[in-house]
Amino acid sequence: MEFFERFAIPHPSPAIYASMVAIGLTVIAIIVGLTYFKKWGYLWREWITTVDHKRIGIMYLISALLMLFRGGVDAIMMRAQLAVPENTLLDSQHYNEIFSTHGVVMIIFMAMPFIIALMNYIVPLQIGARDVAFPRLNALSFWLFFMGAMLFNISFVIGGSPDAGWTSYFPLAGNEFSKSVGTNYYMIAIQIAGLGTLMTGINFIATILKMRAPGMTLMKMPMFTWSALITNIIIVFAFPVLTVALAMGTMDRLFATHFFTTGNGGMDMLWANLFWVWGHPEVYILILPAFGVYSEVIPTFARRNLYGYRSMVWSMVIICLLSFLVWVHHFFTMGQGALVNSIFSITTMAIAVPTGIKIFNWLFTLWKGKIRITTPMLYSLLFIPIFTIGGVTGVMLAMSAADYQYHNTMFLVAHFHLVIIPGVVFAMLAGLTYWWPKMFGFMLNERIGKWAAWLIGIGTCVAFFPMFISGLDGQARRMFTYSEATGFGIWNMIAFFGAIMLAVGFVLIVYNIYYSTRYASRDIPADPWDARSLEWATHSPVPEYNFAITPDVNSRDAFWNHKKNNQKLFKGDYQEIHMPNNSGVPFIMSALFFVFGFAMVFSVWILAIISAIGIFACMGHRSLEKDHGHHLSVDHIKETEEKLGGANS
Amino acid sequence: MKELFPRKQLLGFVSSLILTIVALLVYFLDFSFTVGLTILLITAFTQAALQLVVFMHAGETKDRGAIYTNIYYGIIIALLTIFGSLLALAWGYV
Repeated sequence: MEFFERFAIPHPSPAIYASMVAIGLTVIAIIVGLTYFKKWGYLWREWITTVDHKRIGIMYLISALLMLFRGGVDAIMMRAQLAVPENTLLDSQHYNEIFSTHGVVMIIFMAMPFIIALMNYIVPLQIGARDVAFPRLNALSFWLFFMGAMLFNISFVIGGSPDAGWTSYFPLAGNEFSKSVGTNYYMIAIQIAGLGTLMTGINFIATILKMRAPGMTLMKMPMFTWSALITNIIIVFAFPVLTVALAMGTMDRLFATHFFTTGNGGMDMLWANLFWVWGHPEVYILILPAFGVYSEVIPTFARRNLYGYRSMVWSMVIICLLSFLVWVHHFFTMGQGALVNSIFSITTMAIAVPTGIKIFNWLFTLWKGKIRITTPMLYSLLFIPIFTIGGVTGVMLAMSAADYQYHNTMFLVAHFHLVIIPGVVFAMLAGLTYWWPKMFGFMLNERIGKWAAWLIGIGTCVAFFPMFISGLDGQARRMFTYSEATGFGIWNMIAFFGAIMLAVGFVLIVYNIYYSTRYASRDIPADPWDARSLEWATHSPVPEYNFAITPDVNSRDAFWNHKKNNQKLFKGDYQEIHMPNNSGVPFIMSALFFVFGFAMVFSVWILAIISAIGIFACMGHRSLEKDHGHHLSVDHIKETEEKLGGANS
Repeated sequence: MKELFPRKQLLGFVSSLILTIVALLVYFLDFSFTVGLTILLITAFTQAALQLVVFMHAGETKDRGAIYTNIYYGIIIALLTIFGSLLALAWGYV
């Protein structure tokens, strides 16, 4: 029995035991359900083995939404604990675990898959490609991310959650101060998911550089594709740093090395440094695709072309470089001298300039536009003012001298939530609503959608504005309670109400998906928003091969000109289409990674060695197998096109 | 015959052999730490550049622009990260 003791939770509570039961029941329900409805074969053939970028995108989307709710429940628990002074809903240990998992889940397992979901689905369509450059690698990316996320999510019922913050600073995250396996989970689960993200980065750079439709030069690409290109470049240059840092942290925890220890030549601050060398570019990895979504939504519903296309591109290129030059602003108070802090203050303020250019470009696009307020547009319009407040308080934090006052307070928490929520969450919800008809062939209900948008917009303000005040009054972040005499109670109570509004907003979104799935009309055109870019030129839902005939692009708004100025987009006749074959190997290999990760977390070496051999066997199999894909015949394409309502009209 | 003779590849091969020998000398001869490390760094980076350009054909396709942009950007980011970290953790630390 001694062997099994390691899997026990070091700090249990009734809520965690209840979650164990709930997880167990859910797993049983899923297995029984799949067996009863005979869906195992369907699941394996159509989803688990798929290499289709559209299906992979949808799987990313589902994972992101699930994680949004996991992270959201964490958030509600934190706000409930802080709502009144000296609350005893959670104790300090549970509070530590909850804020740590909230951060990791929201950034790594919600925001990242959400942007990758939209990139996966939309980018190949926007550039007129049949799939991504390496479809098999894309499936591996998804499954690695998924297994990493699952590994992280079981931590709270097996062995204990990480409790050293989402930044997991050493020496707190070292063995001396974090004795449970929680931080092992952090190191290894993020590593596995990070590998998948890095592969996505390489895959999408290759796709965008090599697979654009004929005539689509770089400067004729839609803005979302541009943002995806820049994002993936940042991924490829930033994620290796995280990989290295996590590997070093894992070695410290499992093999007693001394990279980040306080003694024996280790340097604990090196972790903070490496973490933010990755961490700050990561902020832009999240925000740039969001900017891309707004740059699609705003011109569509302002019914004007995007103002300042070139300056939009150049501001992203500049952000791509500057995002690597600001990381020290995350630890201004660590003790480095005034010169260092001044340098990084200035680079930080400089990065506000290209961001400001983008804000003005959106405003100029709206100027004199014939604006239609739809749900995606509503999110975009809510984004501009709220994000600007978040951004401007960021410039306040960038002043290193003043940062000694703001550092580690709720002011900071308010700042980054007011950047990330409008910047990423609003954009993803806007993108989800905007591209939903393309993905599923029906539209989400506008009325419920707008209610949700308003609730989430106002809820964000109500939840986070009070933190500016309590933060300036000295409320530290990550404190699990406070005394009544501090006077923080009222602000935290208001914030709790805001959090409730946000929760209601998200529940409305789920209800909207349910409601629209049941009642929305399936009889919609392929281009229901009267939009501008190529993804709307094919059918909804999109056939397996995306475009029956590869589109011919000769302007920035090729599809718009095709609709309004009678320019021909599809030239020539149907030809055979070469498509990639499905494969179960990515799933099997990622499942082995899951086992490997789990074995490493608990130091079960034999299992780790066996699963590592399995992983290498999968790679060997891929190297030796002959897979030439398959061809779709002209007849098959004709049949599909006719069934979907005729192409090229 | 002149066009057929792989002059560039042969020169590259000889140069990489010489670079390897020079790097090996650091092990066999008795240099100071600084001199040894300088030799190793210079030979290593020259060797890497040689590999990329001569044997991995970095500049020989129409993707030349993208490949070199990538390499230069990578070098810039690496240098910024290394010197920035040194600035934050060693030189600028008081």
